[in-house]
Formats: sequence, C-alpha cells, structure tokens
Amino acid sequence: MPKQPLLQFTGKSIYCAQADVHIDPWIPVDRAIITHAHSDHARWGSKHYLAHKDSEAILRLRLGSDISLQTVEYGDKFVINGVTFSLHPAGHIIGSAQIRVEYQGEVWVASGDYKLEDDGFAVPFEPVKCNVFITESTFGLPIYKWQPQKEIFSEIDNWFAQNKKEDKASILMGYSLGKMQRILKGIQLPDEPIYAHGAIYILNEKLREAGHDLPELTLVTKDTDKKLFRGALVLAPPSVDSSTWIRKFNPYSLGYCSGWMALRGAKNRRAVDQGFILSDHVDWPDLNTAVVESGAEKVYVTHGYTSIFSRWLNENGVEAGEVTTMYGGEEEAEGLGQGEDGERTKEGGKGLIG
Amino acid sequence: MKQFAELFMNLDRTNKTNAKVELMKNYFLSASDEDKMWALTLFTGRRPSFKVNRTMVKEWAAAVANIPMWLFQESYQSVGDLGETISLILPRNGAEDSDKSLTEWFHYLGMLPKMTDEEKHDHILQAWSQLSQHETFVFNKLLMGSFRIGVSQTLVVRALAEATSTDPSVVAHRVMGNWDPSTTNFKNLILDEGENDHASRPYPFFLAYPIEGDVSNLGNPEDWFVEWKWDGIRSQIIYRNNELFIWTRGEELSTDKFPELHFLSSVLPNGTVLDGEIVSYLDSKPMPFNVLQTRIGRKNLSKKVMEEAPVAFLAYDIMEVDGRDIRSLTQFQRRAELEKVYQSLPEQGIFNLSPLVSFTQWSELHDLHPTSRENIAEGFMIKRKGGTYQVGRKKGDWWKWKIDPLSIDAVLIYAQKGSGRRAELFTDYTFAVWGEDGKLVPFAKAYSGLTDVEIGQVDYFIKRNVLEKFGPVRTVKPELVFEIGFEGINESSRHKSGIAVRFPRILRWRKDKKAAEADTLENLKGILEVYK
Repeated sequence: MPKQPLLQFTGKSIYCAQADVHIDPWIPVDRAIITHAHSDHARWGSKHYLAHKDSEAILRLRLGSDISLQTVEYGDKFVINGVTFSLHPAGHIIGSAQIRVEYQGEVWVASGDYKLEDDGFAVPFEPVKCNVFITESTFGLPIYKWQPQKEIFSEIDNWFAQNKKEDKASILMGYSLGKMQRILKGIQLPDEPIYAHGAIYILNEKLREAGHDLPELTLVTKDTDKKLFRGALVLAPPSVDSSTWIRKFNPYSLGYCSGWMALRGAKNRRAVDQGFILSDHVDWPDLNTAVVESGAEKVYVTHGYTSIFSRWLNENGVEAGEVTTMYGGEEEAEGLGQGEDGERTKEGGKGLIG
Repeated sequence: MKQFAELFMNLDRTNKTNAKVELMKNYFLSASDEDKMWALTLFTGRRPSFKVNRTMVKEWAAAVANIPMWLFQESYQSVGDLGETISLILPRNGAEDSDKSLTEWFHYLGMLPKMTDEEKHDHILQAWSQLSQHETFVFNKLLMGSFRIGVSQTLVVRALAEATSTDPSVVAHRVMGNWDPSTTNFKNLILDEGENDHASRPYPFFLAYPIEGDVSNLGNPEDWFVEWKWDGIRSQIIYRNNELFIWTRGEELSTDKFPELHFLSSVLPNGTVLDGEIVSYLDSKPMPFNVLQTRIGRKNLSKKVMEEAPVAFLAYDIMEVDGRDIRSLTQFQRRAELEKVYQSLPEQGIFNLSPLVSFTQWSELHDLHPTSRENIAEGFMIKRKGGTYQVGRKKGDWWKWKIDPLSIDAVLIYAQKGSGRRAELFTDYTFAVWGEDGKLVPFAKAYSGLTDVEIGQVDYFIKRNVLEKFGPVRTVKPELVFEIGFEGINESSRHKSGIAVRFPRILRWRKDKKAAEADTLENLKGILEVYK
C-alpha cells in the first residue's frame, strides 16, 4: 500500500490522518490546530482546539468563551499517535503560527498566513526547515513589493498631521486584528485620545487585558461629541466606508491600509482619499525567500495566486503543486460586508475556479 | 516630472470635482510655462507618439525584472494597465532621483523615433533607472501614448481660467484647435489676446442636457424652438481666410473625411462658422447611423463607399458671421442669420437647414415624439429662443428629449476581466438570446450600466460559476438576465446572430427573471424588421 502523505488537503482542512488532527478546519472536527485567529482560519464548532497562547483571548472572544482550548508556546513539542507537532512564529498577527508536523523523520510545515518583516507586535517569523512547505500566495505576483514599513508609517504620520492642520478627522481603515495593532505600534501616537470603532476597541481591550502593551483607545459611541473628532485619529475596520457610521466624522479624510493599495485600480475602486500599502502577508520577494529558507523539496501553494506561483517555482527548480483550500476564498463573500482578513477578497475566488 | 507625477497621482485619487480643479490650478500657478504647455497637451487629450513597439517594451521590462514573459502577462492581467505593470515589476535601487522636468522628459522621448531598436532599449532603460515608481508609471504612459486622465476638458478649462484670471469661455476657445506644444508657447496660446488666434480654431460646442421631467415644465411653448435630434456626427464647419475646416465633436479635424462638403469653400462667405450634424443622406432624407458608420474610420474613401453612404450637413446654428463672434446673440437671432446664409447659397441638396418642428402645444410634441425613429431621429432638441450659444454642457437653454433605447432581455454567457479601475473584476460581459434550436446565441458585448455594488455581486457570481476558460474569457453558467438597451440595430454577416446592435449597454439587472424567460433571437429580428 502506498504511503499516505503526512498532511492531506481535504478541501475543508489540512488533515493529518496519522494523528487524526485537522489544521484550520472549515467543518466541525474533534481536534483542530489553529494557525491564527482570523475568521477564515479559526472556524466555529470543533470539539477541541489547540493554538498559540497569544491567540487565546481572541479565539475565546470569537468562538465562545467556553470552547475547549489548549494553548502552547512557540517551540513546545507535543506528540499525538507518534506525530510530533510544534508551533513556530509566522509573524502574520499576534499569536500566528506555522505548524510543524514531523513523523518518522519527515517534516511538513503548514505556514498559515505569514510575513517576514518584524511588525513590532507579533513575534517575528522564523524559518523552519522542512521537507514539505505549505505556503499562502495572497500577493504571489512580482508586482507586489512592499516598501519598508517605516516609510509607510511616516506617510501615515504626514497624512494625519496634514488633516489635523485642516481640522479634519483622519479615519484610518484596516483589519481590526493584526493591522490595527501594527499601526498603533508603528505610527507616532498623538497626545489626544485615539478614537476607535467598536470592532477595534473590543479587540484592543481584550489584548490589553491579556497583558499586551497597547495604548488605550476611546470608543466611538453615538453620544460622543462630534466636535471631538476634529483633527483626531479614528481607527475603523474596512467595512465602514460604505456605512452611515462614517458620516458623523465630517469633515474627514479617509485612509486605508492594505496590500491591495499597491494597485491604482484597487485604490480607486475603494474611493479612499489615501491608500497606504501595508500588508501582513509576504510580498513577492519575501515569498521567494521563505520558500528558499524552508529548504523544502516540495511546496504546496494555497490561497492566492496558486497556479502562478507554483508554475514559477516549478520553472525555478522547486517542485510545487497548487492546492484548493477554503482560506481566503470564502473571504470574498465576507469581503463584500464585514470580512476580517479581507486582504484576499479580490483574488480569493481564483482558487475555486482554477 | 516629480511635480507632474504627483499631480497625476492626486488627480487620480480624488473624484471630487472641486479638488481636481484646485489641484490643476495649483499646478498651472506653480509649474514653468514650458511644463504647463506639455501638461495642457496631455490634459486636452493630445498624445504625442514616439513610435515604440509595445511588445518590445514589455520584453525589455520583463528582462530587467528578471521574470519570464508569461509571468509578466499574468501580472499585467492583474494590474490591467501596461505602464503601471512595468512600473511595479521593475527593480527599485533607491537611487531614483532625476530632477528632469516634464518638458525635458518630452525632449528625451522626442529622440526615440530616430533611434535604432538597440538605442531605444538603452534610452528607455536609462530613464527607468532614474525614475521613482510613480514617475515611471507616468513616463510609461507618455512613452506609449496611452496617457489618459479622469478630468474633462471643462475642468481643465476652469482650472486654467482661474489660474490665469481669464474668462473660461475664452480659455476654452484658445485650447481648442490645432496647436503643437513644441512650436507654441503657453503665453501665445493662453494669455495673448486676439488676432493671432489660428484660423482653424473651432468654438467649444454647446451641449444639451437631458430634459428633466415633462416637457410642459418648460413653460410657454412660444419661447422654444424644437428640432429633431439627428443621429449623425456633431460637426462645426469653419470657413475663414478662404480655408475650410470641419471639426467633429471629439475635437477632431475631419475636413478630409467629407469631400462632399468641400464645395462650401466656394460658396460660403468668409468668416462663417456653422454648427450642425453630418448625417448620411439619400433622396433628401437622412439615413440611419449604420450607413454613416460604414465610412467612419476608413483611411481611403473609395468612390464606392461614398456612393453607398453619401453625406449631407444639417445646419442648426451659426456662431460667426463675417468673422464676428455672434454667440451672444439669441437663438432666434442666430437662426435668422443661419437662414440668411442658407438662402444665399445655390440649390445643391447637401447643405440643409435642420427644420424647425412646428407646434403650438406641448401635447403635439408628445404625439410626435414616438415617431422619432421613423424620422431617423433620436428624439427632439428643444432650444430657448432667447438663449445664447454657451460653452460645454450647460443647463437651461438647450434640452435633449431622447427616445427610450430599444431593449431586450438577454442572458450573461461570457465574462472577461476589466482593466484600469476594474482590473481583477469581471466587468466585460457578452450577452445572448435564445435561438430557434433552444441554444443561446451571443449578440452583444456590454460594459457599463451597473453600479459598483452590482458589479461586485455579478463578479462574485461569475467567479463561482465558471464553466470553461478560453484565455482571459470565462464561459459562465447561463443564469443572470439583464435588460440590454441599444440605439440602433442592423443586419450583420460578421456576427453569429446575424445582427449588430449599436451602443449596447446594460439598462438594469432583471433579478426577477430566469434565464429561460429571456428574449429570443426571433424577438431581436422583430425589432430589426421594424427599425433597420
């Protein structure tokens, strides 16, 4: 009987049959290991969860305070039916992890979502040597090359200062989990209160309660005096630009932090005043670096530009295959409304078609 | 170049009219006269050509970026804009700090046409290595003659008028016509008054607004002229200094395209400017636009083409008499001047007056309006007798009352990704109707007409319902029904359906209809029988 692969792509999870464990399952299962707490990776309904300890506060907030959740530190090894698992920093958001899976000398790494640049909040990505590397490809095209984040932060600082001068509110949109903490760590914080939409406020509170060093935010309520927004910084999730919530801030300038802002088309479609190219995913050069540093003989490319990146790898001497997963894909639906890690909203469908 | 690239990016980012005007005004106030001239060249839609082969430019860029061509093409597919794609894939060395001005870059580009391919290669690569990403993007647009920007001529004129404290209608007139930035300077073109204005220079067209509400809201019928709205090419005929010029609405000098009208140079009084419609015309009757279309865009007007699609001019206004600008006279007075000119001409059947529709009650117009198509018209033009000839689209004195487009309910069957603002989204659709054999027959492509939200929803559907891929085209499960409007219909041997429609566009999404309830080819042929 041919040996079955250590990890399999079922379409609903990344499954380790030997240990009967699912990574980031989209269906309720007995045992789930969660790479990170974004809603396209951490799904509701499984019996037992395992994740990094920094994901705990958010997982309990999102999946229910009473879920059965075991947490581990990066590097902790645990064995299930002979398979050794450990979590390693992915640098994507707080608590995000690559899952290392080892059985009979063969090592696979499922990297979830990741980036290489140290964002000052999440524990920075560490390359993990493996035989088989499973990578995302959200920004897997050579047109995506991020500038160093300090340049983007200074763009944000300048934009905020200019709006302040004009007595306008600066509404900065970005994903509540990940992007917002990174921004709060990176930009020059004003002395005055920083206002936040409820979705961001509650996450910030949970993370502060869990002991993370983040500034206090002021929740925007319907009773907040509108005059206070003049010249203030307001943090909001990306869905607000089409809502009525935003009207109370008039006059304002609308900024959006996302990797997609690298393209004029995407920027103009969002009709924002200022696009800041800031992503928690690897860009093209870093994606290639990560593959090389993993030392993998075989690469599986998931959500994003799967067919393109796998063809590129194959042509460059790395055996690669494309895999259809639900990650990102479903985000497209959510992206129309309240998508969390909606950075993939645009390309996500490709995996399903291709 | 930095300043211009920044202006471009800022203009690109805002969709607020006032902000755009302000940005351009600031540019016109601060840039050098030379740079202003080139900026104006671009903003008025003039695109100098530098004779570069786009395929070569792509290959050079891919080579510099060290990626294979297929990956370049995939990137291009995602970005939707060639100049932008190249600007994104090129390596950045951090030393891009050229301080060449826009004018200097134009001179730099001006050297290209005389170069060999190898020299072009080096010349272009050297430019790329000096420019930042945004500057490279703008440079590429200039290089490939694909510079387009979302500002209307009216806004450019407004900004320029504010920056130079000149009357907008004067500026509008001055930026029109045949000028070349390498031989004209800003001062001569915009600031100098009077007589050196070029003989060929047209007046900005006065454009009508669609009528709002019922026509009877316009008040006393006696205050208005009504004409048929002709379906031809809006044109301005200028005869000055014994020379004839024919300008069309797209601000194109098209004198050569209409030899039938050249006799006017021997009969019109010097210093005459007329406004009207060039239509195809046979036996003293206008013919549908389809006929005219057969000769538009032809390089060589053969005798056969001219025989099959003869043209005539239907004049409805006059802006200049004896070299005097009479746009400030009333419509009534201008009509009288126009008729005077017409009556002074010999009988010839090619220069005609657009007749006034006689009526005393608005209700008569209501009765006549549905007969527009039989009269080969698109509806009515309603002009205030007391109104002057204005600049651009202005509300109040000229109204157009168009007939509803022809329409049919069709099924979306193919989709392709858009470009520019719509790259990455499926926005280009092909629609089909049911043939006799129960199969869907494609008959029209349409792009516009949906809101951004609807585009998002259709895109979502398409991405989940792809049946087949052919290059960039996707065959989509035939499920969504749209009402497709069009202006004209004709037989066509080039289309599978045997039918070609003019100006197809999506009128609305028929979410209430199932694919099976869409129209049939029989229905479409029925419309053809009535209106061809």
